[in-house]
Amino acid sequence: MTLPSMSSPSMISPAMILHAPRSEAEVVEIVRGALAGATPLALQGGGTRAGFGHAVAAEAGLSTSALSGILRYTPGEMVMTALAGTPLEEVEAALAGQGQRLAFEPADHRPAMGTQGVPTIGGVFAANVSGPRRIAGGAARDSLLGIRFVNGRGEALSAGGRVMKNVTGLDLVKLMAGSYGTLGLMTEVTFRVLPQPERVETLVFSGLEDQAAAELMAAAMALPADVSGAAHLPESVRGRFLAGALPEGAATLLRLEGHAASVAIRAETLTRALGARAPLQRLGPEQSESLWRAVRDIHPYAEDGTQRPLWRVSVAPMAGPGLVAALRMEAGVDAFYDWQGGLVWLRMEAEPEAALLRGLIAKAGGGHATLLRANPAARAAIPAFEPQPAPLAALAARVKASLDPHGLFNPGRMG
Amino acid sequence: MSNATSHAAEGPGCAPIAFLPPRPDVLARRDEIMAALTELVSAGGVVRAPLALKPFETDAFVAYRQPPLAVVLPQTTAEVSAVLAYCHSARVPVVARGAGTSLSGGAIPQADAVVLGLSRMNRILEIDLENRTARVEAGVTNLSISEKVAAQGFFYAPDPSSQLACTIGGNIAMNSGGAHCLKYGVTTNNLLGVTLVLIDGTVVTLGGKHLDAGGYDLLGLVCGAEGQLGVVTEAVVRLIARPEGARPVLFGFDSSEEAGACVADIIAAGIIPVAIEFMDRPAIAICEAFAKAGYPLDVAALLIVEVEGAEAEMAAMLAEIVTIARRHGVRTVRESQSATEAALIWKGRKSAFGATGRIADYICMDGTVPLSQLPYVLKRTGEICAGFGLEVANVFHAGDGNMHPLILFNANDPAEAAKAEAAGNEILKLCVEAGGCLTGEHGVGLEKRDLMRFQYSEAELAQQMAVRAAFDPLWLLNPSKVFPLEGRPA
Repeated sequence: MTLPSMSSPSMISPAMILHAPRSEAEVVEIVRGALAGATPLALQGGGTRAGFGHAVAAEAGLSTSALSGILRYTPGEMVMTALAGTPLEEVEAALAGQGQRLAFEPADHRPAMGTQGVPTIGGVFAANVSGPRRIAGGAARDSLLGIRFVNGRGEALSAGGRVMKNVTGLDLVKLMAGSYGTLGLMTEVTFRVLPQPERVETLVFSGLEDQAAAELMAAAMALPADVSGAAHLPESVRGRFLAGALPEGAATLLRLEGHAASVAIRAETLTRALGARAPLQRLGPEQSESLWRAVRDIHPYAEDGTQRPLWRVSVAPMAGPGLVAALRMEAGVDAFYDWQGGLVWLRMEAEPEAALLRGLIAKAGGGHATLLRANPAARAAIPAFEPQPAPLAALAARVKASLDPHGLFNPGRMG
Repeated sequence: MSNATSHAAEGPGCAPIAFLPPRPDVLARRDEIMAALTELVSAGGVVRAPLALKPFETDAFVAYRQPPLAVVLPQTTAEVSAVLAYCHSARVPVVARGAGTSLSGGAIPQADAVVLGLSRMNRILEIDLENRTARVEAGVTNLSISEKVAAQGFFYAPDPSSQLACTIGGNIAMNSGGAHCLKYGVTTNNLLGVTLVLIDGTVVTLGGKHLDAGGYDLLGLVCGAEGQLGVVTEAVVRLIARPEGARPVLFGFDSSEEAGACVADIIAAGIIPVAIEFMDRPAIAICEAFAKAGYPLDVAALLIVEVEGAEAEMAAMLAEIVTIARRHGVRTVRESQSATEAALIWKGRKSAFGATGRIADYICMDGTVPLSQLPYVLKRTGEICAGFGLEVANVFHAGDGNMHPLILFNANDPAEAAKAEAAGNEILKLCVEAGGCLTGEHGVGLEKRDLMRFQYSEAELAQQMAVRAAFDPLWLLNPSKVFPLEGRPA
């Protein structure tokens, strides 16, 4: 596989034609035009996650930037519909105004990816961006109820709806979530939202080794405490959170959210069961918010002034620490953990060590690694997404062809 | 439906439903196919005795019966793979089957199809409490997973009413829900991985114990695909810590509108109970007569609201809910005082379909509507049924808008049966027009196949069929289901 090298994370070079349609009809027209001219399109939202996957070999760009606005929001139904290019910030502000929020806590990838621009709600779903609350509230794809999109035949289609339970036909909504604009352009998204909690609190356990931290997080998740975030920050990254205000040693975090009385009861449950394992401190809402935002946004490895390789690794929760330990035997690496240990952020000291890492993941029981950041040469040489076994890759290719038969959208992006 | 090229199966009192015409060459090769299948599976894996074949003729959509060509019960993924590879090369349609509890006819065979039953693949392979996962074979029943981990304080969340019998493979095929999905989601939100056998026998693994599978979300696509994309032989599902306590509370109202408005206000107040179930007067009477659950009989609508957590948490949440209910003129509030009483309250609700079946024949609709449309859709449902001179009992998951009107009729009266079907179709059309969908959890199957155009445009159906063809280009897997028979790709 040869891939164009990338000098900047942005997919769309200044010389490219950039279409910014104002309506679904215009999207259809542009796609049909591209179809007629056999000119592939680079699809983009705000471009803040443009560095996910590989550079796209396209002559023109298709942006959702002019498809912006909240179309329908009924707080009593906990459902919102917005055009795909609506800034995430606008969505979150509208929800906050009604005491609600997104369930899946999407990250802002700008600092870690070195990108600029405005994150959009469509981009969040196209990349299935799910933050710390994923372990309790599901991924972005779990919140996405319905979409309108334009496929590679230039047809405007709808899938799903605005209700939480819907098994009518194939679930193309899930398929489109996390497909990085390679199957079609989502023009409109309808998603479930949740009430904001009355109280947020974080329990910080100090000084635990990675393995002991994983065991503590597993024990916490086994209790009836509705933990909505479980992360472990080894000593090497601890200082990067709360401006160094976390207690000495590694920090293992458990977040509780909900009605104040309920949070207090659950904090007691956790303290009783786990308090003997390590020194324990409780953080209130303000510090909790800042702390979890930093976990969400991969803060320790963001704006670190380097292009040192950054991996996002998804494994079984208990497999995280073992994987990192095995990797350390052979390469310089720094790591921290979210999702009870199952989401591992790895920053390599030098080379990405893709083969080594992926081999170790397979040995650790499976999962996958996504290369988010590296120097251009490394990025060009290494499949950004985990290569799939041949039968699965062939199936995925057939699925892609069923939506985008002429390979019009984001060619090369998913490898 | 009249269609010269299609084959009809008939049940008592129901209009014939069309199947794809059986392939004469397949019917003619029956003995040869049986012999080949016998070679591919372990002893006892091909069902032969006419009496033993009977149960495979239908599922819980019992209005229709159709004997299959053959029934094969493999014991391993390798056997499933061999059976599918053979059927693929011999061009024989395959209908996968779990426990046969489908309410939409998803497991009903066709005359030229091999039924691939997963009932002998019923082992729980691994419980991993630290990673909170269970790896199970497809024929494991839904409830047995929760039972297996109950002592350790865990459970598997989706809880369809048929959970004692229905299998996880069937749950995945239908993306089954249940009463508690308001908080915990449906099958797709609790499924981490599957082993999927494609029609040509290829075995692929999607996902695993990690929380997000790589590549396209084929797991999300397979879940709810009604056995059209492949046969799931194993699954990795998510286990959840069981809350300290759970308490259902009964709220009786003088009108359905008040009950509906109360539901909307509970949600708007930022309270998410684990379940909010709704019953109207006819449903209350039917369920109470059967379960003796202590439901009040003097109210027009009943809500079962269940909260979970520690004692103090439940008390705090209930106090808020009661305050909201009082604003809507609630007439009766009854908290369950014991685990037995709580179980009884749920028994009444979960036996609603069975209890209704004791007093009349019924068609159960499964449309979902946006919460704000509930009162309107309920009212119109009553009017539609009255217009046909039929009674309707409503029992459904109010928290998520998933309605289950039970249209009562006499199956021995063909005219009344036709009216019931017509009323059902109008109700489903109404659900779609109100911004909802045809089916929230029972699936399209045979039952709603010909109504798909209510919800989807031709281009949308064509796109779904194209995705389907990426998995099964010859349309051998459960081919008479989900998509209208006309307008399919040649």
